[in-house]
Amino acid sequence: MHLSAHSHYQAELDAGRFCIQHCPQCQRHVFTPRELCPHCGASGLRWVRAGGLGTVYSTSTIARKVDAGGNYNVALIDLDEGVRMMSRVEGVAPEAVAMGQRVQAHVAHKDGRGLVLFTPVREGGAP
Amino acid sequence: MSRVPSSHLDAAAVNRPLRGRVAIAGAATYGCGESPGMDDMTLLVRAAQAAVADAGLTMQDIDGLATCSVNASMWTMPVIEHLGINPTYVDGTMIGGSSFIAHLLPAMRALEAGQCKAVLVCYGSAQRSASFGRKESVAARRFMDPQPYETPYEPVLPVTAYALAAARHMHEFGTTRTQLAEVAVAARAWAQMNPEAFMRDPLTIEDVLSARPIASPLTVRDCCLVTDGGGAIVLTRADRARDLPKPPVYVLGNATAIWNRQISCMPDLTTTAAAQSGAQAFAMAGLRAADMDMAQVYDAFTINTLLFLEDLGFCAKGEGGAFVQGGGIAPGGRLAVNTNGGGLSCVHPGMYGIFALIEAVRQLRGEAGTRQLGHHRTAVVHGNGGTLSSQSTAVLGTAEAL
Repeated sequence: MHLSAHSHYQAELDAGRFCIQHCPQCQRHVFTPRELCPHCGASGLRWVRAGGLGTVYSTSTIARKVDAGGNYNVALIDLDEGVRMMSRVEGVAPEAVAMGQRVQAHVAHKDGRGLVLFTPVREGGAP
Repeated sequence: MSRVPSSHLDAAAVNRPLRGRVAIAGAATYGCGESPGMDDMTLLVRAAQAAVADAGLTMQDIDGLATCSVNASMWTMPVIEHLGINPTYVDGTMIGGSSFIAHLLPAMRALEAGQCKAVLVCYGSAQRSASFGRKESVAARRFMDPQPYETPYEPVLPVTAYALAAARHMHEFGTTRTQLAEVAVAARAWAQMNPEAFMRDPLTIEDVLSARPIASPLTVRDCCLVTDGGGAIVLTRADRARDLPKPPVYVLGNATAIWNRQISCMPDLTTTAAAQSGAQAFAMAGLRAADMDMAQVYDAFTINTLLFLEDLGFCAKGEGGAFVQGGGIAPGGRLAVNTNGGGLSCVHPGMYGIFALIEAVRQLRGEAGTRQLGHHRTAVVHGNGGTLSSQSTAVLGTAEAL
């Protein structure tokens, strides 16, 4: 059985693995998951483990009532592989997330489904 | 970061023969603001009826139709049923709020080819008053039009997408919150001269900055209205339009460009596909931004106006903030922008594009009342759809601009 790219991505996440695609023809990484390389049109994209390091490209603090959980962060992260994704940076106040900040991915679970979240990389070395 | 879009189409060469061959012969709105008891279809049909009458035609003269809806994917069929027409040309392309501007070029080709003689472009939405409200609509759209790589992070769409673009614009170019607020304040100043505008109270920069936060850096006053409203225009060949009662508004250029659907897939958040659609529309028209007497741009959020003024060539990339500062796009400023009050203060029933077209028509005809511009020969109308996803630009002009 051939899984859709999205089903494959989600199944890996549910198992705790953050994977993105790589094009064997043009050697570029691809996200969001899909059937054809958006750069060169090749099929047969391969799944590889994402390194997980990235940089905040843009960030917004979403206003939410305190009794609903309070404000939260939504960010766009540029992974070191050269692809961009939407996510959240957690572990700091939402308004403390800054563009250019280095972040590290981890797989969290919500309602039994895996999702990628980020935390800031500590100054001067390992996350 | 991402794929850089590129098209090798020479729009000037391909589309130039259509320049000025088709005109807007009729235009009307209906029920803008709050229309309790109305539904999408009623607003559309009444606007359509008024636009056809404005063109000096009857509904039986309409043999072309372009329309779409946020809620109904097969919307052309009930519209045809309600209007009682039998069109030989039908366009139901749905690319969000820019749709009705994107409907122009295919309609021009159909008119020029003789496939039809009068095309009605129409829209109606009771978004504000409908019982099937925004919350249900958002939930239904998540199912019908999934964005599985964004939804898990709970972005409040569309505003979060525009907030991310605004934050990036501020970061890269030093654009300030005050400059964003200038856009909302200018829109309100125009709205105060438009009896049809929904919000006409005075608005200051301080009011915008201190308004309820939605998604940083945007407050509720950086966001478009939620209103009811219907709008319609009628297109005919230019030679026929010259025999109809109203002065023809010629379509000199039109182009559409789409680079992405999801904001996370946008190659660069500070440059939109308007750079492509604008360049192609201006190339078709043989005109430049500097030749425009006004700009009617899709201001779903304050950042939109800055992005589109830059991408359409009114100023360099990153200089939109300085361009609008000090009342630059308010009445009496350097460029007349969104002279009806725009989506921020006049009307925004889900999709705004048709209303930008109608305001340009009113200005070009000299029918804009106390907000009428002294110079009104040329207009650029720009539509946006999705989350900075689809972009469509039209260049319009009076007989003088031909």
